[in-house]
Amino acid sequence: MGEAEVLTAPLVIEYPFSRTTGPVIGAFFTALREGFIVGIKGADGRVIVPPVEYDPETSEELTEIVEVGSAGVVTTWAWVSEPLADQPLDRPFAWALIKLDGADTAFLHAVDTGGDATALTTGARVTARWRAARPDGDTTEDDGVRRFREGHILDIECFEIEGES
Amino acid sequence: MAEITLPPRLEGVEPVRSIRVPASIHYRYTAGEASSKFLREVAKKRLVGQQCPLCKKVYVPPRGCCPTDGVPTVGEVELKDTGTITSFCIVNVPFMQNLMEIPYVGALILLDGSDLPIMHLIQEIPADQVVPGMRVEAVWVPDDEIGPTLESIKYFRPNGEPDAPLETYKEHV
Amino acid sequence: MRDIAIVSFAQSHHARAISTHNEVEMLMPLLGEAMGAAGITKDRVDFVCSGSSDYLAGQPFSFVMTLDAFGPWPPISESHVDMDGAWAVYEAWVKMQSGHADIALVYAYGKSSPGDIRRVLSRQLDPYYLQPLWPDSVALAALQARAGLDAGTFTAEQMAEVAARSRRAAVDNPFAQLAGDVEAATLLDAPDFLAPLKMHDCAPVSDGAAVLILAAEDIARELSDRPAWIRGIDHRIEPHALGLRDLTTSASTRLAGEKAGVHHGEVDLAELHAPFTHQELILSEALGLGDGVSINPSGGALGANPVMAAGLVRMGEAATRISRGDANRAVAHATSGPCLQQNLVCVLEGE
Repeated sequence: MGEAEVLTAPLVIEYPFSRTTGPVIGAFFTALREGFIVGIKGADGRVIVPPVEYDPETSEELTEIVEVGSAGVVTTWAWVSEPLADQPLDRPFAWALIKLDGADTAFLHAVDTGGDATALTTGARVTARWRAARPDGDTTEDDGVRRFREGHILDIECFEIEGES
Repeated sequence: MAEITLPPRLEGVEPVRSIRVPASIHYRYTAGEASSKFLREVAKKRLVGQQCPLCKKVYVPPRGCCPTDGVPTVGEVELKDTGTITSFCIVNVPFMQNLMEIPYVGALILLDGSDLPIMHLIQEIPADQVVPGMRVEAVWVPDDEIGPTLESIKYFRPNGEPDAPLETYKEHV
Repeated sequence: MRDIAIVSFAQSHHARAISTHNEVEMLMPLLGEAMGAAGITKDRVDFVCSGSSDYLAGQPFSFVMTLDAFGPWPPISESHVDMDGAWAVYEAWVKMQSGHADIALVYAYGKSSPGDIRRVLSRQLDPYYLQPLWPDSVALAALQARAGLDAGTFTAEQMAEVAARSRRAAVDNPFAQLAGDVEAATLLDAPDFLAPLKMHDCAPVSDGAAVLILAAEDIARELSDRPAWIRGIDHRIEPHALGLRDLTTSASTRLAGEKAGVHHGEVDLAELHAPFTHQELILSEALGLGDGVSINPSGGALGANPVMAAGLVRMGEAATRISRGDANRAVAHATSGPCLQQNLVCVLEGE
């Protein structure tokens, strides 16, 4: 049977999930909603961002949530010239692992360089571009457009190179 | 579970307990040869199964393989659009996108000439009068709405024949 | 420990899209081929284990339907891993070690073509911190590549050489999807795809399937003139958070290789499951493979990458070369998760 004769059909799989966070991961998102970033102290005292519930080497429960900076250093990055759907930016951007000030581990986010593929370097300092806080009494309906911080990794819209706005 | 200690800026702040993370992924599903052939015949108002060369069972809808022998099914076996209900259930619970009036009957129907019941709806009879063994016939959608989909059959309804005795279909229950 | 060997292997002609066949139709002829080559029919198979992921097909329990291709009647002893078939081999091997099976059939398959595999694979990531950003498989590999380039662990020239060597080797592989006579220097000039990765640094998107048969002790000798004996098999996993790992090395591969006994003898060839050129360099360093080892004579995953079967194919390719007498001792490797998070190493030897 030739390709033209085989039938195909579109199939959309949707996962309309909300995920329970628990107190440790929840603390990270609470901080994001409030406009800052936290990590957790590992068994050896290093600050792990984003926080994990158990130490990756000793398995013990971790409990001490600590604040870290909203800016830090790029430890590695990659350039996306053609973003895929749902990625943080719909124009060319960089993925980066970012070690925030006060953190001992790097975490993943996007860096907006205004489309310049050569602007970012390993070791560059980047700072968070925060989404707006929800104004008191605001009752804008959830129409799928992300407007305000709510406790989500995209409460940080993206990062940008420090000193450039 | 141990008590979490929070930094000063999180003390007394209403915590986030869950995050909204909807996701959707788009696919283009390929029916493959056997299913495509079957659906194209449905578009011509024909129900065509395939047969296993070893056990001789006739499968509908065919998927290209005999699930007991693991060999390709072959040929075309045209089936009537009448059959026997081997089992059924009465649905009383409404669910998302349910277009049917509650209660309604979903049934396994052994089409005459086949060895694998298909699943479809039973209408034109009160739900509490449906019995296993009931003889039914397909009600097709209008000709201009028929396409390569089992929705070309709207539902099955009793065809007036006496109920089939259990011996005639008990292997397929 | 029982001696267990790979006695038979079959794979599809991997392609960008095998759109005329569904998963069952794709797999069925390979089952017949593998069993036929071993001279058995399905009634002699004690245990069936498969590797696949429903996320590729977009259909929950699609792997249950695919089992129709084997014909599970009378009822069979069967299991499934939502992983590359190499891990199904591990499970079958354990089952056979326990004495509960003498002949096991392992199959693996994946059609990447129905969906966007780069997006689909993002569903295996941390659901809180990563999934909502939709970082795709190529992006994560690119982060690892730049980390290695920055650290001087490998060079862009070495990456291009891996791509060129793999394409040339694939010319002799009738099942490969991408093959050709290319020079590394030419590849170096290619434009970036997702910098620092160029298109040729990445495995192609493939549909495909593979089947292999394991047998124990004298039964293996009955079914194959020269079985490929599994002398060691081990797998290890690292933490999933990228920030908790050193992306420039593969500690899990190193440990799995030690536990599998890679260096208990001389290694003739290694089939490494490296969907990205830089990952082959990381893996061969982790396994301590010297210059005398032929790496990916099949062309590797860069020649064809049927996700969920590519690792099983590495085992089959290594085993086939031993059975043919082209090699005596081989390493087969499979990986799972982003940036070489989890790795399986298998050491194979002819008698």
